Amino acid sequence: MPDRSPLLRVEHLRKVYATPTGDVEAIGDLSFTMNHGELVCIVGPSGCGKTTLLKCLAGLLRPTSGRMEMDGSPVTGPSPAMAVVFQEYGRSLYPWLTVRGNVELPLRHKKLSRAVRDRIVTDAIEAVGLPEATRSHPWQLSGGMQQRVAIARAIAYQPEVLIMDEPFAAVDAQTRADLEDLVRELHATRGISTVFVTHDIDESVYLGQRVLVLSNSPTRVQEDLVIDLPAERDQLTTRALPRFTHLRTHVYEQIQRAKRGPAVAPS
Amino acid sequence: MTIRPRGPGARTAANFLFAFGLPFLTVVLWGVWSTTSTNRFFVGPLTILDAFRQVWIGPAFVDDVLPSLYRLALGIVASIVLGVAAGVTIGRFHRLRETLEPLLEFFRAIPPPVLIPVAMLLLGITDTMKVVVIVSGAIWPILLNTIEGVRATDSVMVETADSFRISRWERLWLLVLPAASPRIMTGVRQALSVALILMVISEMFASSSGLGYRIAYFQRNYLIAEMWSGILLLGLIGVALAVLFGLAERHLLRWYHGMKEITRA
Repeated sequence: MPDRSPLLRVEHLRKVYATPTGDVEAIGDLSFTMNHGELVCIVGPSGCGKTTLLKCLAGLLRPTSGRMEMDGSPVTGPSPAMAVVFQEYGRSLYPWLTVRGNVELPLRHKKLSRAVRDRIVTDAIEAVGLPEATRSHPWQLSGGMQQRVAIARAIAYQPEVLIMDEPFAAVDAQTRADLEDLVRELHATRGISTVFVTHDIDESVYLGQRVLVLSNSPTRVQEDLVIDLPAERDQLTTRALPRFTHLRTHVYEQIQRAKRGPAVAPS
Repeated sequence: MTIRPRGPGARTAANFLFAFGLPFLTVVLWGVWSTTSTNRFFVGPLTILDAFRQVWIGPAFVDDVLPSLYRLALGIVASIVLGVAAGVTIGRFHRLRETLEPLLEFFRAIPPPVLIPVAMLLLGITDTMKVVVIVSGAIWPILLNTIEGVRATDSVMVETADSFRISRWERLWLLVLPAASPRIMTGVRQALSVALILMVISEMFASSSGLGYRIAYFQRNYLIAEMWSGILLLGLIGVALAVLFGLAERHLLRWYHGMKEITRA
């Protein structure tokens, strides 16, 4: 049983972009807490600032105001405790490196012996089921396999939190189901805390232990929903459960509400 | 009528014909034409080939060809090193690029041969002067392409490096240079021909050795076949450079060509 102490704490996060035509408030006032070992899905209407939130979490963007804490210490930039899987795998993997070279990339500056590094890389590649592809280049693989390489690279970094930005938005439905199960499996077997951003309601309910429904921009947390589905899930039976249907309908309604009007400030 | 090669042997033969057919035909026509011409400056291919053997295979190779190749190689290497180093620096800093761009456009617009008299005054009639002249022309395509290549580095790739906290040097070797390498190679390809031209011109102006000097010398002394043989040699050097470049490019940009092939399919 993973430790349930708070890992990531976000308080009153606000992000305003200065543009030539005036300021755009991408994130209004966003707070949530995530515990060690949790798998949290963040879902919201398109253009609600999901990617902005994620980039702030990953330390790639500086929030306008608010606090983010990781294990009690403030997040001020990219942290060794976080690894990001981007939506655009084709632009995130380096095409001049092989699969192995890409997975090894984040380990190069960690002071590890050759043997340890090799073991971590091999382990990560095997964990995503690509042991045959190590010597290929990413562009020789299918989209789903490329995203597996990106996931292997992220887990080879051995982060506390895996941050995934709509990672499966660009792959076909069948591949997507396989990748969703991979994320669940990695979460279950390795206990990596995961923040999974998606615009797909079914995906968020299927994957998450908790779903954060975001409002329209300027973004707030519209609802923080615990997904009380059994821990053992699979594509056929879980998705056929009445509770699954109920939850997805609920999230769907919340998102429709979020789209229609400004969010009600959470009390 | 179209020829359809059937087996692999026939295809090789067809490729060979395509590659060497036209050059061969040109030489034959030239040979026939030169026998009917009374112009003493218009020499046949056999005479030139004979002159080529007599002039270039022997001491002239050491006295003229090697110094030329040495200056050319030095000029090309210096252009690549300086062009890429400066290009990476300028390309990475948005402000620096905007500040320098008009100045760079101006310098690039100056035809490099006009710098030869200046370089002669400042550096004398030395090898350094010739290398400087070569670099002054050949560096621009490399520099400007590198700047553009570095500037256009994919933002997601940069964010990936940021998120994994890739250090400055690793970022240079693993991201910035490979990402810019297709553009850098485009620049180098253009620089090679510029370098060859400037090598010859700088030697024609002021030199006591080198291919350019030797060709100008033959021309002034009415050694017409010898002059043509020097031009032939220059052409061969140009072809050799292009072949070497092609090999290097194929090796360095294997990923790039492979990727393009797949996206096209």
